[in-house]
Amino acid sequence: MNQKLLLSRKAACNVHGQDSSYFLGWQEFEKNPYDPITNPGGMIQMGLAENQLSFDLIESWLHSHPDAAGFKKDGALIFRELALFQDYHGLPAFKSALAKFMGEVRGNRVTFEPSKLVLTAGATSANETLMFCLAEPGEAFLLPTPYYPGFDRDLKWRTGAEIVPIHCSSSNGFRVTKVALEAAHRHAQKRGLRVKGVLVTNPSNPLGTTMTRQELDTLIDFVLAKDVHLISDEIYSGTSFDSPEFVSIAEAIKDRDDVAHRVHIVCSLSKDLGLPGFRVGAIYSGNDAVVSAATKMSSFGLISSQTQYLLAALLSDDEFTRKYILENRRRIKERHDLLVEGLRRIGIRCLDSNAGLFCWVDMRHLLNSNTFKGEMELWRKIVYQVGLNISPGSSCHCDEPGWFRVCFANMSEHTLNLSMQRLKNFVDSGEHRSTHDSGHRSPRRQFLAKWVLRLSALPAAVTA
Amino acid sequence: MAKKGVPLSEMATADTHGEDSPYFAGWKAYDEDPYDAASNPSGVIQMGLAENQVSFDLLEDYLEQHPQEFGWGCGISSFRENALFQDYHGLQTFRRAVALFMEQIRGGRTQFDPEHIVLTAGATAANELLSFILADPGDGLLIPTPYYPGFDRDLRWRTGVNIIPVHCNSSNGFQITLRALEDACTGAESMKVRVKGFLLTNPSNPLGVAITRPILEEILDFVSQKDIHLISDEIYSGSVFSSDEFVSMAEIVEARGHEERERVHIVYSLSKDLGLPGYRVGTIYSYNDQVVTTARRMSSFTLVSSQTQKMLASMLSDKEFTKNYLRTNRERLKKRYEFVVERLSNAGIRCLRGNAGLFCWMNLGELLEEPTVEGELSLWNLILHEAKLNISPGSSCHCLEAGWFRVCFANMSQQTLEVALRRMKDFTEKMKEG
Repeated sequence: MNQKLLLSRKAACNVHGQDSSYFLGWQEFEKNPYDPITNPGGMIQMGLAENQLSFDLIESWLHSHPDAAGFKKDGALIFRELALFQDYHGLPAFKSALAKFMGEVRGNRVTFEPSKLVLTAGATSANETLMFCLAEPGEAFLLPTPYYPGFDRDLKWRTGAEIVPIHCSSSNGFRVTKVALEAAHRHAQKRGLRVKGVLVTNPSNPLGTTMTRQELDTLIDFVLAKDVHLISDEIYSGTSFDSPEFVSIAEAIKDRDDVAHRVHIVCSLSKDLGLPGFRVGAIYSGNDAVVSAATKMSSFGLISSQTQYLLAALLSDDEFTRKYILENRRRIKERHDLLVEGLRRIGIRCLDSNAGLFCWVDMRHLLNSNTFKGEMELWRKIVYQVGLNISPGSSCHCDEPGWFRVCFANMSEHTLNLSMQRLKNFVDSGEHRSTHDSGHRSPRRQFLAKWVLRLSALPAAVTA
Repeated sequence: MAKKGVPLSEMATADTHGEDSPYFAGWKAYDEDPYDAASNPSGVIQMGLAENQVSFDLLEDYLEQHPQEFGWGCGISSFRENALFQDYHGLQTFRRAVALFMEQIRGGRTQFDPEHIVLTAGATAANELLSFILADPGDGLLIPTPYYPGFDRDLRWRTGVNIIPVHCNSSNGFQITLRALEDACTGAESMKVRVKGFLLTNPSNPLGVAITRPILEEILDFVSQKDIHLISDEIYSGSVFSSDEFVSMAEIVEARGHEERERVHIVYSLSKDLGLPGYRVGTIYSYNDQVVTTARRMSSFTLVSSQTQKMLASMLSDKEFTKNYLRTNRERLKKRYEFVVERLSNAGIRCLRGNAGLFCWMNLGELLEEPTVEGELSLWNLILHEAKLNISPGSSCHCLEAGWFRVCFANMSQQTLEVALRRMKDFTEKMKEG
């Protein structure tokens, strides 16, 4: 019989997206990571949407609340209670605290009911679970481009669902329009795909913008007209730092009974609180059948009870959450402004943004040719010559070449300034205009060439 | 309020999650009327939950003596580093600790390479992952009956994979036979279902028996001959009453060639041996590099909290602690088991001779009105509502012989156990009279 034991089609395919140019940039970073003392010439990681700006606030809370991590409640050990707790309905205290926090992040303009929350091991799991609940294999969800590269894996890999892009362009700041929605829907039908819903990320990754009330209304009208679902991935809701104020889909559908059952919100503590390692995500749905099915499915990805307990204590502390939300926003804005100003001085513009842990940077004028090949050439130079791992727009399925996502919240101010300095040197020197292959620093040039034209992307081992 | 709903998927609305079975219905009855020695002494006693509560004091003592392992200390970098860590390879210290612990359970007779350990949020996720990786929708996995009811959901629900039962019966103590394996394969063939693997639970749930070496060898020969995969779910390996009575598939495999190893994947978890189901720590140990790589990527959907990994890494690396824990835990489970079997015997109830696990496999065939599933469920219902005991009917475990029940004994105090067994005795006496 066979020499090589066969695995499933899912195991053998590459929908997990890990053989991509994005992964390569990651790999190059891991081989040569920047360190101010031990490796000042190393690569600076600007491709990871992490929030490292506000840990001290959480650390200081932990220091004054040792019981929360030490399995103690009012001094008594509750170790065995937590050790045994595996109810997929979740720790009630945690769900209440999370629901409250979600409301606070949205300025308390809406309230969330714990009974409509389903806890999952991260937003990665939440998004996949929703797809399992809402779409059959082969059915499609419409997503505005550019979008988070991880969606290709999260929404399609094991579910067999399809993604059909809603094309957005720089001509209107990449806003979602009715025309684009209709076009995407028609395109899906032409491909013989039944559309089951629309998934938007708001605030947007990679754009860093929040959707306007009009955009939200357009979306709602669309999903009503087509009788489909709407998933609003709001994991960056706590990172909105500037006007216009973030408007959650929950606000837009307030008091709209005709729509609530088709709207599902995804949340997480990975971005707002900077705790991706703790795997805390949730689905909030106005549809009882979805809550019921998703709750059962969460058995495959429950949140550790000790983590639920710790975060219940943290998030129940009103004073802490109030201060944290404000201060975190302030720091994100500060960092954002630093990056924008730094780029401006180099003659590089960013999309006007009011949220997120990154900027959507316009480097079209630095391309040798207005093509994705040109984008990859520029990207390689920035990775290998400048030593910055940034994410090319093509990896986010952007329609226009020349846009890059640059993260700013996962490093110190000093490192951010250094990255701007390096970029400035690069642009001033005119190196971006040179046409010969500039990857001479890297011995892996041959290997790199193989991946240059791959357009899908995914971070290697993380979900950022 | 019924709304004109937007359709959900077939998966969401079907009942393949299996939660409408008696196995789960009994839990509901318990939830509504739970026994409490002081406040509700006539409530339902939960004997349908395979949890290990007999050795918590050992863990609590460890906690008291090593409080620094449960927080992040005063080090600035410690918390943030941990909070940021979401690498699907898992914390290296934790993987090493898990490998070490698994070796200790097997008395050092096997070796586990931390690089082959894939972490998942519980064995529930590990089993589902393997089903996604080893089989396509429509394919089949062979599973000996009786088996853990959760497999119907874990292996089939979202994967679309079928379970092909390999029927075992009491004529030989429910041991797996070559004949049963062949019959199952023939059956699959006739239904045009492609068999992709065999899943063994060793020690067995619900039988409470460690599989013998000759049978393990036979199974490995069988899967090699059929060119299929072998999943060995060893989550109860640390709960074998006498450590030298457990033979891991890893032991059998290590003596075999490379090609045969590639088809073997072991599932383990800390939920049963350590009694920590809430922390969601499961693992796949595979000898197959491609499976390890794919499983790692898929584990993105079900990672173990880095907070939990860090905390348990220290505890599981403490050889002195784990050695003592494993030995004490085994002794206590053995004592409980013997106590239960003796009391049941006094009530005229026979059990399968077991040597592992958190439950015993009890035969109430004599009390059935008719030797059918209906007869069994009717008896189960009576026991639930009259004796106020939630035990698991064999039919929910797909046992073909009516009258067998799984009775858990490690998820309650000794006092509660005594109350439960007294109730069982009273019930059977009443039944025999009536």
